[in-house]
Amino acid sequence: MAAVSMEARAWRWHDRKRYLWPLGLVVPLFPFLAWALVDATGLGLFWWTGALVVYGLFPLLDQLFGKDSHNPPDSVLAYLEQDRYYRWCTYLFLPLQYVGLVVACRLWSAGGLSLLDKTGLAVTVGMVAGIGINTAHELGHKKDTLERWLSKIALAQSGYGHFYIEHNRGHHVRVATAEDPASSRLGETFWRFLPRTVTGSLRSGWQLERARLQRLGKRPWSLRNDVLNAWAMSLAVFGILVIVFGVAVLPFLLLQAVIGFCLLEAVNYLEHYGLLRRKTTSGRDERCTPQHSWNSDNIASNVFLYHLQRHSDHHANPTRRYQALRHDERAPELPSGYATMILLAYLPPVWRRVMDHRVLAHYAGDVTQANIQPARRAAVLARYGAAR
Amino acid sequence: MKSWQCLVCGWIYDEEHGWPEEGIAAGTRWQDIPDDWSCPDCGAAKADFEMIEITRA
Repeated sequence: MAAVSMEARAWRWHDRKRYLWPLGLVVPLFPFLAWALVDATGLGLFWWTGALVVYGLFPLLDQLFGKDSHNPPDSVLAYLEQDRYYRWCTYLFLPLQYVGLVVACRLWSAGGLSLLDKTGLAVTVGMVAGIGINTAHELGHKKDTLERWLSKIALAQSGYGHFYIEHNRGHHVRVATAEDPASSRLGETFWRFLPRTVTGSLRSGWQLERARLQRLGKRPWSLRNDVLNAWAMSLAVFGILVIVFGVAVLPFLLLQAVIGFCLLEAVNYLEHYGLLRRKTTSGRDERCTPQHSWNSDNIASNVFLYHLQRHSDHHANPTRRYQALRHDERAPELPSGYATMILLAYLPPVWRRVMDHRVLAHYAGDVTQANIQPARRAAVLARYGAAR
Repeated sequence: MKSWQCLVCGWIYDEEHGWPEEGIAAGTRWQDIPDDWSCPDCGAAKADFEMIEITRA
């Protein structure tokens, strides 16, 4: 790496977020934090720490710290990419995530917790599982075999192993089209989107992998199938925990997994809401451009989500490492960070009020250019003045 | 003639066929495609491709 310029070395000291990235490891510490807070205060409320932080503290931090649109200059991108420090910030998420899961199983099965406390604990662990899918997302895009394996391991907790297949080979191809289960449409509420994306992504992941194996002349029902071997990992994790802590932890394991992937799908909901790639004259979808992802430069959410909100650059350069992702002026910007926006997504009338006019403005008032929920097309066109 | 595969989504550029859809003539070598060109399917940058050997029947 002698080619790394002195300029790049000097610049490293100006990477303002360099020492903020380990803060992402606060997330897998949620179960420990919850336990400590309950222990210190005697208040069962703190079993809900994960939800309190994700839905309360994170949005607050977004308001407090605002936006950071600082971009690394092109000359240091290669240097940032090869700096292993940044990788360790993501790798360390995994051991903490799994120690937390084991500790939570112990707390759940040891007795002494009310049903409400137990639910809070499952929600707290579910938040880790969900944000763990984001860590898996960062790792799963890499060319490195180790990182691809780590991605699957991170997904095992939420039973969402097919995400690794579907996201790269499905979502990245069909993003911002009517065919993509993981791109939400104008007029589609989060609650309509949720079953569509969960079932559609599952189907897509399976079909992609079956087609790949077919090309190789293999049968789909084997451990070569990356969907099946990823699920097998979930089965192994859950199986071991049931053997160790008893079948009583099974509802806990299922609950935290569902909470986890529902959190991930809430993030999916806001990343491409209403955005649509046009068809070219030959009937293909135009290329995905920065205009096809909602971005946010709120620094707090960006630090906890490894720059996921610099989503346009992610779609343009999917293997680029999080520390090197750039803000893009051409991309539509959300009014706040993802943490705030998922709260709005749960409340459809509020979401519509905040987001629909932004989609409309993005298309200069021409609603017909948006990705519209088919069942609500007439109503959406009538509402936004294009009923012709 | 070589083939290049998008590392993200699996789309394949075959030098033999080019990509006439966008005016890249058959036989255009990979190195002659502009650096700002991107995957027609998923939009990944040219740097996200790698060479693969394709065995033809």
